[in-house]
Amino acid sequence: MKLKKSTVNNLISFGIVIIAFIVCQSMISTGVMKRSLRGQMIPICVYIVMAVSLNLVVGISGELSLGHAGFMSIGAFSGIIASAWLRTFGLENELVRLVLSMIAAGVMAGVFGALIGIPVLRLRGDYLAIVTLAFGEIIRNVLNCLYFSLEGRRLHVSFNNPNIPGTILLNGPNGAKDVAKIATFPAGFVLILFTLFLVMNLINSRSGRAIMAARDNRIAAEAMGINVTKYKMMAFVTAAVLAGMAGALYGLSMATVTASKFKFDTSILVLVFVVLGGIGNIWGSIIAAALLTVLPELLRAFADYRMLIYAIVLILVMLATNNPTMRALFGKLIPRRNGRQKGGAAA
Amino acid sequence: MVSFLRFLINGISLGSVYAIIALGYTMVYGIAKMLNFAHGDVIMVGAYIAFCAMQYLNLPPLLSVLCAMVVCTCLGVVIEGLAYRPLRQAPKLAVLITAIGVSYFLQNTALLIWSSNPKVFPSVFSVGQIKLFDGNLVVSSETILTIAANIVIMVALTLFTGRTKMGKAMRAVSEDKGAAELMGINVNRTISLTFAIGSALAAIAGVLLCSAYPTLQPTTGSMPGIKAFTAAVFGGIGSIPGAMIGGLLLGVIEILGKAYISTELGDALVFAVLIIVLLFKPAGLLGKPVNEKV
Repeated sequence: MKLKKSTVNNLISFGIVIIAFIVCQSMISTGVMKRSLRGQMIPICVYIVMAVSLNLVVGISGELSLGHAGFMSIGAFSGIIASAWLRTFGLENELVRLVLSMIAAGVMAGVFGALIGIPVLRLRGDYLAIVTLAFGEIIRNVLNCLYFSLEGRRLHVSFNNPNIPGTILLNGPNGAKDVAKIATFPAGFVLILFTLFLVMNLINSRSGRAIMAARDNRIAAEAMGINVTKYKMMAFVTAAVLAGMAGALYGLSMATVTASKFKFDTSILVLVFVVLGGIGNIWGSIIAAALLTVLPELLRAFADYRMLIYAIVLILVMLATNNPTMRALFGKLIPRRNGRQKGGAAA
Repeated sequence: MVSFLRFLINGISLGSVYAIIALGYTMVYGIAKMLNFAHGDVIMVGAYIAFCAMQYLNLPPLLSVLCAMVVCTCLGVVIEGLAYRPLRQAPKLAVLITAIGVSYFLQNTALLIWSSNPKVFPSVFSVGQIKLFDGNLVVSSETILTIAANIVIMVALTLFTGRTKMGKAMRAVSEDKGAAELMGINVNRTISLTFAIGSALAAIAGVLLCSAYPTLQPTTGSMPGIKAFTAAVFGGIGSIPGAMIGGLLLGVIEILGKAYISTELGDALVFAVLIIVLLFKPAGLLGKPVNEKV
């Protein structure tokens, strides 16, 4: 039996992720891994999923989104509320609750992704970027005014009014407190596998090729009969669903979550992962997200200079990869691989 | 009625600051076709320089502002030369991310130099206030100065781009870089000049902003920067009167929204208006729609 080349590549990718997971897990169980690093395992999973999903929008679909953290926050709060609500039905099994909460969060974020995508994807280029930014800010602002409480099995929602009956789940700008921490590292690992499965299969499918064709040349793709809006929408909503699920994982791993955690800066941070890993390159996103999430832990001594170094590295990488003179210089130093040139967002 | 007038005047004052910042955005976008995300942080640097000049060097306010303008102008030109010029031919996304990198760089450098403790900006121009309607409506001198500065800058810029040789060169470059170069215009120098003007305006905006809202932090510039950018897009990015109208409208919407609808939702309202405008006029209020060529 002969497997397709893309299938083999996917299987290799899954294999590497599984091996990485086993190594990490055995390091945790034997106690080799430091406590501070152990606490970083779930955030690493979260940011890997965030980066891969944003790469689907920025790299594969070629639209710059600056509001990805908005979907993460929707996911985080939906996940927290779903988890608390499911508990009232006597569902004590944490794993089942986590999975159901994550699905709920993904659906919620997907619905918002579709709602936002309809107007946003009509715009092009810089306007699209600024509108995604605007939506990210609107989501954060609105979440700051939302109050959720649970009275028995009834959910109460109020806007701008903290006086609602029952136990408060989501307390406006103070966010969610005393969240039941049910997220686990293995769950994060499964989420990464799911994300990879979804994204890699999407890229290698007919739809994926249509998405990339629309990125490379919108007019030519339209002339070929590709419904550009539909395929851009597909990429955008898939990314939103994944970001929502990552958000739920994140929310359910923290004791307190506030909407201010998902600022514009968070969106930019994820974008930095995508860019440094290589726009359009899924593996690059994974490695960049993992390394750059751990790096601050390792660079504790340079805490003050951390973001400064970040900024300088970001500028230098952009200059090195996009300036013709610098590229020629690097080309001489490093012999070029004969790999395909993965395209970024079309200008 | 009086309270409405008060909110309206506050809104126009805030809007004037947004308009001055938006002018910087819109000029740079018009000429270099790039979103200069670091513009908001140039505002912050300008405010810090003015603050230091007044606090530590005991310079008079006007001289401090001048000082801030000089520093910001140099900063703008240096940023353009080091970070943006090498990327002239690069894809837009690369330039945008570089701009974000510059923005982070400025914020974190400011954090190291001035620490994250908010500084209380001294009220620069408090000469007095005007009382109207038996003292029910108080208009501070800062407000009047902000609005006046806005009008002066607007008129000066319109004259500059319309009448002078340099201004004409700027318009030519923004229309067609290649053709402008063939006409003997030094494109790089024109772009540098645009950055210089934009950054000098940012310094003024920084001082005006901090006179109205006197807490100064390394992140002070980012939110007004984003809003001013929104204002520039709102009015039609690349258009100078558009930036003006966009800024003023945005300031008024924000203050009235905060006063009458919800304090927390003021920012959300601003962005919601932007989205609605862009849906119906994708090129902004005064922007020219660009037809795509195959």
